[in-house]
Amino acid sequence: MMLFKLAWRNIWRNRRRTYITAASILFAVLFASFMDSLQRGAWDNMVRNVVNYYFGYMQVHEKGYWAEQSIDKAFILTDSLRHKAGAPPAAGVVPRIESFALAAGEAQTTGVLVAGIEPEAEDEMTGLRERLIDGRYLSAEGKGALLASGVAEKLGLGVGDTLVLITQGFRGVNAAGKYPVTGLASFGSPELNKQMVYLPLQEAQYFFGAQGRVTSVALHLEEADDIAVLKARLFQQLDTSAFEVMDWEEMLPDLVQARELDTAGNVIVYFILYLIIAFGIFGTILMMTKERSYEFGVLIAIGMQRWQLAWSVFIEIVMLGIIGALAGILASLPVVLYFKVNPIRFSGEMAGSLEKFGFEPIFPATFDPRIFAAQASYVFLATVVLAIYPMLKIRKLEPVRAMRG
Amino acid sequence: MAVISTQGVEKIYNPGKIPVKALKGVSLEIAEGEFTAIVGPSGSGKTTLLNIIGGLDRPTAGYVEVGGVDISGLSDNQLIDFRKDHIGFVFQAYNLIPVLTARENVAFVMLLQHRSAQERNARAESLLAAVGLSDKMDKRPAELSGGQQQRVAVARALASKPSFILADEPTANLDSASTANLLDIMYRLNQEEHITFVFSTHDQRVIDRAKRVVTLVDGKIDRDEVRG
Repeated sequence: MMLFKLAWRNIWRNRRRTYITAASILFAVLFASFMDSLQRGAWDNMVRNVVNYYFGYMQVHEKGYWAEQSIDKAFILTDSLRHKAGAPPAAGVVPRIESFALAAGEAQTTGVLVAGIEPEAEDEMTGLRERLIDGRYLSAEGKGALLASGVAEKLGLGVGDTLVLITQGFRGVNAAGKYPVTGLASFGSPELNKQMVYLPLQEAQYFFGAQGRVTSVALHLEEADDIAVLKARLFQQLDTSAFEVMDWEEMLPDLVQARELDTAGNVIVYFILYLIIAFGIFGTILMMTKERSYEFGVLIAIGMQRWQLAWSVFIEIVMLGIIGALAGILASLPVVLYFKVNPIRFSGEMAGSLEKFGFEPIFPATFDPRIFAAQASYVFLATVVLAIYPMLKIRKLEPVRAMRG
Repeated sequence: MAVISTQGVEKIYNPGKIPVKALKGVSLEIAEGEFTAIVGPSGSGKTTLLNIIGGLDRPTAGYVEVGGVDISGLSDNQLIDFRKDHIGFVFQAYNLIPVLTARENVAFVMLLQHRSAQERNARAESLLAAVGLSDKMDKRPAELSGGQQQRVAVARALASKPSFILADEPTANLDSASTANLLDIMYRLNQEEHITFVFSTHDQRVIDRAKRVVTLVDGKIDRDEVRG
C-alpha cells in the first residue's frame, strides 16, 4: 500500500511533467481512436452501401450455386424456408431468380443479366425504385421489364418499347419472351448499368421455366453486427447439405481485401504515431530516472531492496499511463460521437460520383467502445514496456555512485 | 564490546587503470555507546571509510565486521537487508523522501522491516517527539527548515533500532543554531539511550562534542584520540 502511495505522490511531485506526459498519451489515444473510428465508419458505410446496392449482407443458395452461378441450381422457395430465413435478426427476405440471357431491341442484341425480383422487397433493401429515371417501377403482378439505362441505350429501347429475351432456362428448357419496357433505371456502377434487366419474380420464373424456384434469397439486415447471429441461426435451422449460407465477405472477397489493405496502411500510420509518442514518454522516463538517481541511491542505502524500488517506480509509470489512457478515452468519446452524429460530408465532384453510385457522400465515424479500449491499451502497453527502462537502471544502481551524483 | 571492527581495510579506485588508493590499511574498533568523529582533510578517505563501514561500498582488501557479522562476505541483497536492520544513516543533504510527510519518512524504514502500522506510527511519533518535532509530523520535507529536516533524518535513522548511526557531514548544511540543536539531540540520545554515533566531519563544533576523534590523513589513521 505504501508503495502505491509513494508512486501516486511521486506522480504529482512534478505536476507540469505529469500533465505533459499524460497529455501526450491522451492525444495519442484521441488521435488513434478518432482515426480508427473514422476509418472503420467509412468502411462500414462503404460496405453497407455496396452490400445493400445488390447483394445483401447474406444470401442463401442451393449448395454449389455460388461457384457455378447456374440457373440449374434454382431451388423451390417454400414458405417454411422463407419463414426460417426471414426470422429475426433478418429484416427482410429478397428472393431472386437470376441468369444471363440475350436481349434484343429492334436492331441490336446484347448479353444481359435477367433478375426476377419481388419489386417491393427488392426496393426495401436496394432502393431500386430511387434509381428509376424514366417510366414506372415494376409491380409484382405486371409483365413489364425494368432496364438499366446502359442496356436500353445499347438496344435503342425506351419506355413503351418491346424487349425480347432469349436464353436457356432451367434444366435446358428453351426460354424466350417479349416484355414491354415499363421503366429505365440508372446505376452508378457501369457493370450494373450495362447488364441489368429486372422482371417481376413470377414472370421471370415463367420465362426460365422454373416456376416457384429462385436462385438466391438475399437477406436484409438493419445492423451489420447481426451477421454472425443470423448466420449461426441459419446454419442451425437450414439443411446445410442442401443449402449454402454465404455472408457478404464470402461473396465479395475483393471488397474485403481492399478494406484489409487500407487497414494495413493505417497500421503503419498508427505505428509511427505510437513511436513518436513512445519517444516522448521515454524522454520523460529518462529524465525522471536521471533526476532521481540520487534519491534511488538513498533509498537503497537505507534498506530498500532494488526490486521494491523498481516495483514502486514501475507502479508510478503505469499509473501515469492509466491516467493518460483514461483521459484519452474520455476525450475520445465526445469527439467520435460528434462525428458519428455529424458525419464529414463530401462536396463537389467526389460527392457527385458517390451519389451517382447511389451512395450517400458522407464519412461517418463508428462509435465503438472497443476502438477506444484497444487504442488506449496499445498506448498503455507501450508505457508499460518503457517502464522497464528505470527498472533495469535500478537493478544496476550502485548507491554510493548514485549519491555522488 | 566492539560494534564495528575493521582490520587492514584498503580501498583502491580504478584498479588496473590509474589506481587511486583511498584507504591504506585502516584498522579500527568502535565500541557500543561511542560518540566518534572521523576527521581529516578533503580526500583523506573519511567518506570512503564510512561507506565501507556502512556496507555501501566494499573494501579492496581487509575485513569489516559489524555487530559480529563479516559484512564483506554478504551479497548485495543481504547487505541491503543488513543496512536496513543494523545501520542508521544520516546524510549531509538530509535525503528525506520528498513526497512523504515527516511521520511517513520515519515510518518508511519500519515498513521495509514489515512492522505493523500501529508500531510504525507509534514509534515514528515517539522518535519525532524525541527530536522535538511533535508539531511537524505531518509536514513534508519542503515545508521544514534544513535543521528540522536533519532532525527528521536522525529520527529516521533511529527508526529501525540500528546497532549504530553513521552520519556523513550531518551539520555541513546547517546554521549554528540548528547545528547546536542537532548535536544536543544526538548527544542526549548517546548519553541516555546509549546509541552509538560515528560521524565524518569537518565541523569543529561536532569535533568539540565528540568523545573520540579519529584523524585520517592520506587514507591512514594518523591519530586516534579518546577524550575523557
